[in-house]
Amino acid sequence: MRNIWILTAIRMRLAMRNRAFIFFSLVMPLAFLFVFASIFGRSMPQQVKYLLPSVLALTVMGSFWGLSIQLVLFREQGILRRFHLAPVGPFAMLASSIITNYVLTIPTIVIELFLVRTVWHVESFGNLLGLVVMISLGVLTFASFGLIVASVTNTMQETQVINNLIWFAFLFFSGATFPIAMFPAWLHRASVFLPATHLIIGLQLVVLGGLPIWKAGPEVVALVTGLVMSLFVSTKLFRWEPEERIDRRAKLIAAAVVIPFLLVGVWENAQSERRRALQSFFGSAQQRESAPPSPSQAPAPQQQPPSAPPR
Amino acid sequence: MSDAIVQVENLKKSYGSVEAVRGVSFEVREGEVFGLLGPNGAGKTTTVEILEGLRKADDGRVRVCGLDPQGSGAAFQNVFGAALQSTALPEKLRVDEALALFASFYPKRRDPDELIRRFGLEEKRKAFYSQLSGGQKQRLALALSLVNEPRVIFLDEPTAGLDPQVRREIYDIIEELRQEKKTILLTTHYIEEAERLCDRVAVIDHGKVMAMGTPRELKARSAGTTRIEVRLAQPEDDGALRRLDAVTDCHSLDGSYVLHTTHTPQTLVALVKHLESRGNELQSLEIHSPSLEDVFIELTGRRLRD
Repeated sequence: MRNIWILTAIRMRLAMRNRAFIFFSLVMPLAFLFVFASIFGRSMPQQVKYLLPSVLALTVMGSFWGLSIQLVLFREQGILRRFHLAPVGPFAMLASSIITNYVLTIPTIVIELFLVRTVWHVESFGNLLGLVVMISLGVLTFASFGLIVASVTNTMQETQVINNLIWFAFLFFSGATFPIAMFPAWLHRASVFLPATHLIIGLQLVVLGGLPIWKAGPEVVALVTGLVMSLFVSTKLFRWEPEERIDRRAKLIAAAVVIPFLLVGVWENAQSERRRALQSFFGSAQQRESAPPSPSQAPAPQQQPPSAPPR
Repeated sequence: MSDAIVQVENLKKSYGSVEAVRGVSFEVREGEVFGLLGPNGAGKTTTVEILEGLRKADDGRVRVCGLDPQGSGAAFQNVFGAALQSTALPEKLRVDEALALFASFYPKRRDPDELIRRFGLEEKRKAFYSQLSGGQKQRLALALSLVNEPRVIFLDEPTAGLDPQVRREIYDIIEELRQEKKTILLTTHYIEEAERLCDRVAVIDHGKVMAMGTPRELKARSAGTTRIEVRLAQPEDDGALRRLDAVTDCHSLDGSYVLHTTHTPQTLVALVKHLESRGNELQSLEIHSPSLEDVFIELTGRRLRD
């Protein structure tokens, strides 16, 4: 347990000295925010708020990328085997990655929320407690997916390929960039099997719906189970040695991580009311999008005569 | 033996179809510097990494301070210190941070500042690992092997790839440790290193121990013959050279001829006469008194070079 904190402290320092890390964990997410808010959201508060779950989810999901790369790099360079000589276990190594990532990702989230409020005048973030729980859980779970990626790949090249595939799926099939409402029915049904979709839905429920966290029960269960299974599997499959290869059976064990998401996906598909309720968020946002700017939207007021007589 | 810190009995390890270690046995006693001497690929690193717990043995018995490297947990890691053949640390880790970090993993620990002074790293205290020279990295690796006050230190090729001046620096450090009666197991493919640093040496080749003893004992084993190494203008028949006065053995090696003699002046005179009668010329001649290198060549039929 002590080793986890020792490693977390030193890894935070190393991360702060790493320019690539600063770029991917701070600059990129903020760039996403600006693109989403000012181009897709046309800087209209309602639109920006509607896009907020996507922006937050992209920041949260990015965790898996950095963690997998770092772990594979440490293994390939032979840094892990130096640690292996000392009384340091795999769990301390992995847990410190996740905690470091958590502590360093939260400030980015806070900056995003701050900008959304001050620059784009979004007044409310829905259910705050729900938001905190959903974000925290998301950052931890998606970081742990990075550990799974690192534990099933042998080389940095493999890691990059897998990361790109996962990122592609997360980006386009989860509702993060294209709203799920736009999907054909089959893709809609398929998308609820993706961890990223659970994160987005959970964030939409608490931010857009203003619902308390227990209304996102299935999403929370899926993410928590994913986190626990990822930690368990990546500890079991942990490799210290650069030349050590993973065997096929281990890859199957790693694949078991998808089970909770499959179960929730099946359940989700069976709940037609819930799906309809979720779609209503998109529906209402779509209506607003096609409606002309109204006085309630901040960037628009100058177009409205301020002295419009009340009826 | 009761004072054996390291015990290795009939150790075996294969990688696929390659048998890296084929039944190695030896003991390292408290307070001695024990050397595994052999060419690259002899199985030295595999043996040491099994002792460090980084690899699992296929067969045989291994104990370090009475502990099995596999399955003794932190108790095992606490008793030894080690420098790997090539140590890698995060690029942006500072020297003082590295020492403090690794020390903090152990219950018993040395003051990092003292190690920094002792290993001459004061000026590099705040430098990133990536900014260190090869010699400085190796000194840091040696310092790291001492952070936990280990009972035994494993040094795998501590001077490989370093230039001669840096190598001498590392020798000085290891000799100091030897004077402090630290128990050290080191591997090397440098004869000089084994002769200078080790109390006892095991000559290892193709995964087997070929001979073991103090450097002096091993040298005495080479039958006390002096080695005359000659290069000739034209090739000669081994047999003719072997029949020269006082020669006990002759073989060609890397284009030159190595004659072993019990009486050097006699052999030299006979050699010169022989060459004159054949119209052959002497291009170079070296006389070596018995050394560990001879022992090695006798045991393995090859030179110990990388």
